[in-house]
Amino acid sequence: MTDATLEDDRKYRSLWGDVWRQFRSHRGAMIGSFVFIGILLAVAIGPYLWGLDPNYADVRNRNQGMSWAHPFGTDQLGHDMLAQVLQGGRISIAVGLTAMALSLFLGTFIGVLAGYFKRLDGVLMRGTDLFLALPILPLLLVIIMLFRDTLRGMFGPETGIFILIVFIIGITSWMQTARIVRGDVLALKEREFILAANSIGTPSKRVISRHIMPNILSPIMVSATLGIATAIITESSLSFLGLGFPSDFPTWGRLLFDGTQRISQAPSRVIWPGLAISLTVLSVNFIGDGLRDALDPRIRGR
Amino acid sequence: MLNFTLRRLMFTIPTLLLISFIIFLILDLAPSDPTGNLPLTIPPEVRALIRASLGLDEPMWYRYLLWCKQFFINEPLNLFNEWFGWCIGDCDGRLRMTSYLTRSPVVDLIAERMPQTLWVVGMSYVVGILIALPIGVISAYKQYSWFDQAGTFIAMIGFSVPTFFTGVLLIVVFSVWMPNDSVFWLPSVYDTTHEVTDWGSFVFQMRQMAMPVMVLALYNAAQISRFMRASMLDNLSQDYVRTARAKGLKEKTVLLVHVLRNSMIPVVTVIALGIPQIFGGAIITEQIFKVNGLGQLLIIGIENSDIPLVQTLTFLFAVLIVLFNLVADVLYGLLDPRIRYD
Repeated sequence: MTDATLEDDRKYRSLWGDVWRQFRSHRGAMIGSFVFIGILLAVAIGPYLWGLDPNYADVRNRNQGMSWAHPFGTDQLGHDMLAQVLQGGRISIAVGLTAMALSLFLGTFIGVLAGYFKRLDGVLMRGTDLFLALPILPLLLVIIMLFRDTLRGMFGPETGIFILIVFIIGITSWMQTARIVRGDVLALKEREFILAANSIGTPSKRVISRHIMPNILSPIMVSATLGIATAIITESSLSFLGLGFPSDFPTWGRLLFDGTQRISQAPSRVIWPGLAISLTVLSVNFIGDGLRDALDPRIRGR
Repeated sequence: MLNFTLRRLMFTIPTLLLISFIIFLILDLAPSDPTGNLPLTIPPEVRALIRASLGLDEPMWYRYLLWCKQFFINEPLNLFNEWFGWCIGDCDGRLRMTSYLTRSPVVDLIAERMPQTLWVVGMSYVVGILIALPIGVISAYKQYSWFDQAGTFIAMIGFSVPTFFTGVLLIVVFSVWMPNDSVFWLPSVYDTTHEVTDWGSFVFQMRQMAMPVMVLALYNAAQISRFMRASMLDNLSQDYVRTARAKGLKEKTVLLVHVLRNSMIPVVTVIALGIPQIFGGAIITEQIFKVNGLGQLLIIGIENSDIPLVQTLTFLFAVLIVLFNLVADVLYGLLDPRIRYD
């Protein structure tokens, strides 16, 4: 009986519990999480709650300001802006998440290979350096210009451009992750538990999946948040330059681009999508900041 | 030091060649046809002749070598000829890389656009650095003070809010909402034909540069001030600072001479590394404010499938990146002797 009370007095603390406690004490990160979850919910279920079709052109009510019927106003064809911003957010965030997943996968894969297998290290890291020296934005623009029509023909106008944009953002943003992961793997490889695993004959594949991967999770999670932010910004920049998604398939960047052409008549049209992009990126960056602090054991102890 | 520089330089050349090959390959593998924009009335045999005259029927490696020869040998010689009047080899008969769209030499187009970009981008970088350095120093010296908190928050906003939104926001505030006769009204379109002749036109030039410079300066200042702060914090806790204080130096001397000079080493390299990136970032800013610089030239080239122009510009951006990587490395070696002996 006494033993049991002793057990209860000692509070059980797990690794992730500690991380969560540290994360919660980071005010910016908590606010960021709430805002980001709010935006995710809004774009996920918002279009169902707000019944207006984003592509329904109500020509009689075009170029309207804010009102109860159209809280964000309407554009020059009478599209409801709130519905468009909600719908655009779906695509922008979907692009952000998928491109992040692709770049994270590539970065982790290349980073682990380069860090774990000495023979591949030189080649892969030179390749990474080469990718870092490429002028990313001009190249993205060039690739979109050249391959847009082919992919549209293959997968239809919307899916084609979605695949193209996710793919090119993914393959041009993995380098930082790869470098960080490689550094961590190199340090981990010298540790005793890897030596122990090797000495009982564990195959490399299992050493990586059972011993290395769980230990490099924290830098990967931090890269993931930063990856979402950069992917959303890149996609919006491309759309803003008129080389992203077509007008009838709006994303936040595209809405902003369409809004700038009528900026003097309807300034609010650029504010809403721009605010949505900025809030999303800001909240994701704050989450990343908090995660970095929470996952860093040197800071966590304090 | 010379040895170190040479070693880095040796590394640069294969990188540049590889990048040029990648850019060439991307453009070459693309399914789009440079003769696709020509009128449909042109008979097929004439179209074939046009393709042949553009050199599209040669094998890929041959065209790549020709392009290299053109870019690395012919164009620099043409430039020398134009700028200094030096004539090396066959001056008049030498090929020029011409734009599909305007039929004028690509290099001339770029030279024409360069000053606007350099003015706006260069000025914004200088302004950004001038804002960022004091902010970084003060926020590190007074860590966790209200100034530091505010600086952190503003820096977070600075690199989270994309430049196209800050730019558009500034236009809404300063060009749309501000009455036209107000002192604070700023033009939203950059007038390139404007010439500075007297005080009035100089003020106008400053006013039209204000918004693009502000947008880019905020973005650059956000990043550089964070680096400055981190670097200062690293140095402030080191032993030599305690020594300097212990021997009775004034706090100002300790901070501005001992700590600042050592903290500047990584910041200088970050500044050098950032220069090519702002050329890329300027693509968007130039588009917002309609500055007809290099970024806008690239967009025009892309919209019109002007392959030679796009190829040259993209490669030029790559050259800038590799060049400033080299500059950053050499600077680091110059400033920090420990780096030279790796």
